[in-house]
Amino acid sequence: MTKKETIERAERAKAKKAAFGEDIAIEKYASGEEHEALNSLDEFPEEYQQDLLDAGIEPSEKDRSGSFLQRDCSVVFSTAKHPGLELMSTTDALKKHDWLKDYLWKAVPVDQDKYTADVELGQTQGYFIRSEPGKKVTMPVQSCLFITSDKTGQKVHNIVIAEENSELHIITGCSVSHAVNSALHLGVSEFYVKKGAKITFTMIHNWSPGMEVRPRSAVVIEADGAFISNYILMTPVKSLQMYPTAYCVGKNARATFQTVIYAHGDTKIDSGTRAVLRGEGSRSEIISRVIATDNAKVIARSDVIGEGTNARGHIECRGLMLSDTAEIDSIPELKATRKDLDLSHEAAVGKVAEEEIQYLMSRGLSEEEATSVIIRGFLNVDITGLPEGLARETKKMFDMSLEKVT
Amino acid sequence: MLEIKDLTVEVIGKEIIRDLNLNIEEGEVHVLFGPNGCGKTTLLMTLLGFPNYKVTDGCITFKGVDITNLPTNERVTLGMGMSFQHPPEIRGVRLGDMVNIAQGRKEETIDEDVIALAKRLNISVEFLNRDVNLGFSGGEVKRSEILQLLAQSPDFIMFDEPDSGVDVENIELIGVIMSELLDRNKMPSKREKAGLIITHSGSIMRHIKADRAHVMLEGRIACSGMPDEITRNVMETGFERCVELCVRSKEVDAE
Repeated sequence: MTKKETIERAERAKAKKAAFGEDIAIEKYASGEEHEALNSLDEFPEEYQQDLLDAGIEPSEKDRSGSFLQRDCSVVFSTAKHPGLELMSTTDALKKHDWLKDYLWKAVPVDQDKYTADVELGQTQGYFIRSEPGKKVTMPVQSCLFITSDKTGQKVHNIVIAEENSELHIITGCSVSHAVNSALHLGVSEFYVKKGAKITFTMIHNWSPGMEVRPRSAVVIEADGAFISNYILMTPVKSLQMYPTAYCVGKNARATFQTVIYAHGDTKIDSGTRAVLRGEGSRSEIISRVIATDNAKVIARSDVIGEGTNARGHIECRGLMLSDTAEIDSIPELKATRKDLDLSHEAAVGKVAEEEIQYLMSRGLSEEEATSVIIRGFLNVDITGLPEGLARETKKMFDMSLEKVT
Repeated sequence: MLEIKDLTVEVIGKEIIRDLNLNIEEGEVHVLFGPNGCGKTTLLMTLLGFPNYKVTDGCITFKGVDITNLPTNERVTLGMGMSFQHPPEIRGVRLGDMVNIAQGRKEETIDEDVIALAKRLNISVEFLNRDVNLGFSGGEVKRSEILQLLAQSPDFIMFDEPDSGVDVENIELIGVIMSELLDRNKMPSKREKAGLIITHSGSIMRHIKADRAHVMLEGRIACSGMPDEITRNVMETGFERCVELCVRSKEVDAE
C-alpha cells in the first residue's frame, strides 16, 4: 500500500464509528504544545517527576536498556544504551529505515475506525523499538507518553519489532499531569514478534478522570515466538475502550495477556483482549481481574478464535463488585473453526465473601484490613514470563499502584 | 479463663444452642463430643463472635471481660484462636501471608521465620506460596490451620475437628503440636494456655491429654466427666447411650 493509498483509506474512515465504546468528538482536542528536548530524564520538570514514577518510569535510568519520553506531541528524550537495541521516535525511524513503511498498518488496519484514521492523518510521534536478530535485551526499555497540556489530543503510532531469536522487555507508562482537565490519547501500537523471538510488554495506565483514551493495538507472532502483556490500570478515566489483538500466525506461537483493572469514580471502561490462533500448536492465555466500585462501569471482553491444528486457548476472567452502583459485564467468547483444538473459558463475578473476611478477622485483622487483604489478593495475578529482576520490579510497581486504592 | 453462662444462640432465626453453661480454667483442656448437627461448631463460632451466630440470651466472659458483643478481631487480640474445620479459600493470599498476619507482622515476604515455623509441620516453602486453602487436601488444611495458630500463639484455642481427614502419620504430628500449643508438656501448675477440642471420631484424643470431656446433644451439654471414661463410652456405645450412662451414674451418686 502506498502512502497515498493509506491516506485515502484513512480519509474514507474519518467518520467511521468504532465497534465498541461511546463516540468521541476528536475535533474537541488540539495538537498539543511543542516542548524542548531534554538531556536527561532528571531535567523533566519537578512537578511531573511523581507522575513518571507512578507510570513505572525510572528517572535515573538505572537498570534500563533505553528510555523514551514523549510530552504531549514532542519526543523530549530518547536514548538506547544496549547494543542491539534501537529506540527512537517513529518519525525518525521512518527516515532511517526505508523498509519500516511496510510495517505500518500491517497489524492494525488504518481504516479500522475514526481513531486509527485520525492517527494516520494527524499523527504526533510515538515510539519505535527494535531488537536486532539474536540480541537479547534483558534489561527493560522504558517508555512514557505523557500529557501536560489541557485539551491535548495525543495521537501516537508505535512500532515494536523483535527480530528473529531476539528478546525485548518493555515497561511503558501513559500518564497525565494533575493540571489537565480533559485530554485525548489515541495510541496505535503494532508489535511484530519474529521467529523464536520474545516480547514482554508491561503497561501501566495512569490516567485521570478527564481522559478519553482509545488504544488500538495488535501483535503478529511468528513461529515459536512469544508475546506476554501485563496491563495495569488503577486510576480513574473518563472513557477507555480497547481491544488488543494477538495474531498467532506461526507454528507454536504463544500469547499471554494479564489485565488488572481497579475501576473507581465515574470510570467507564470497555476492555477486551483477542487472540487469533492460526498457527499449528499456537497457544493463548487471557487472564483478567476487574474490580468495580463507586459508579464505575466495566465491560471486560475476551475472545479466542481457534483456526490452527492443535491450537489451545484459555480465558480466565474474574470480577469483584464493591458497590451497588457499579457494573461489570464479563463477556468471554470462543470460536472454533476446526476439530483439532481446545478452547476454554471460566468467568466469575462476585463480592468480597463474608466468610473470607471473618477468617482473616479470626487471625487478628480488623474488618477493614481484612477487606483490603482480600482485594489485594484478588488483583494479585502471577506476573509470568519476565526475567527475575523485572518481575520483582513489576511487582513493586503493582504494589505501589495498589497502595493508592486499598 | 472462659465462662459461658446460660448461652442461647440462634442461626438464621433457628435456635441451635439453649441455656448452655461451661467453664474452662487457665491450664485446662476440654474435649467436646457430639453427633453431627448438635451445635458443636455453632458453639465455637459463637465464642469467636461470627456475626451469623446471634446470642439471644446469656453471656460469655473471657479473661474477666464480657465479650458477648465484641467483634472477632478484638476477641483475638484478647487471646482467642481457632483451628477451622472448613476454612475458606482466599485467592491471591498465600499460606505464608496468613502466617505473617497471624503473627501480627506487616511483613509481606515469606522469610526465614515463617519457613522455620512451617518446617515443624512438614510444610514446604512451595506450599507456603500456595493460595491459602485453594485445592488443599483435608490433612493439608489441618496442618495449615495449626501452623497459623503456632504463629498466632493464642491463650485459648478452639480446635474444630482437628483429626478429620488426616492420615495416621500426620495425626500424631498434629497431636504433638497441639500439646505444645496447649502447654500439655508443662507441669500442671505451670500451664497457662487453655483449649476446647471438638471431635467427632475422638481419634485425636490418643495423642493429646484432656482434663475434662463433655457430650453435647441438641444444643446442650448433656453430660460431663473424665475424658478417658467419656471417650470410652462414646466410642463403645455411642453418644446417646453414653449420656444415659452418665445420667444413671449421677442418679446413683444422688442416692
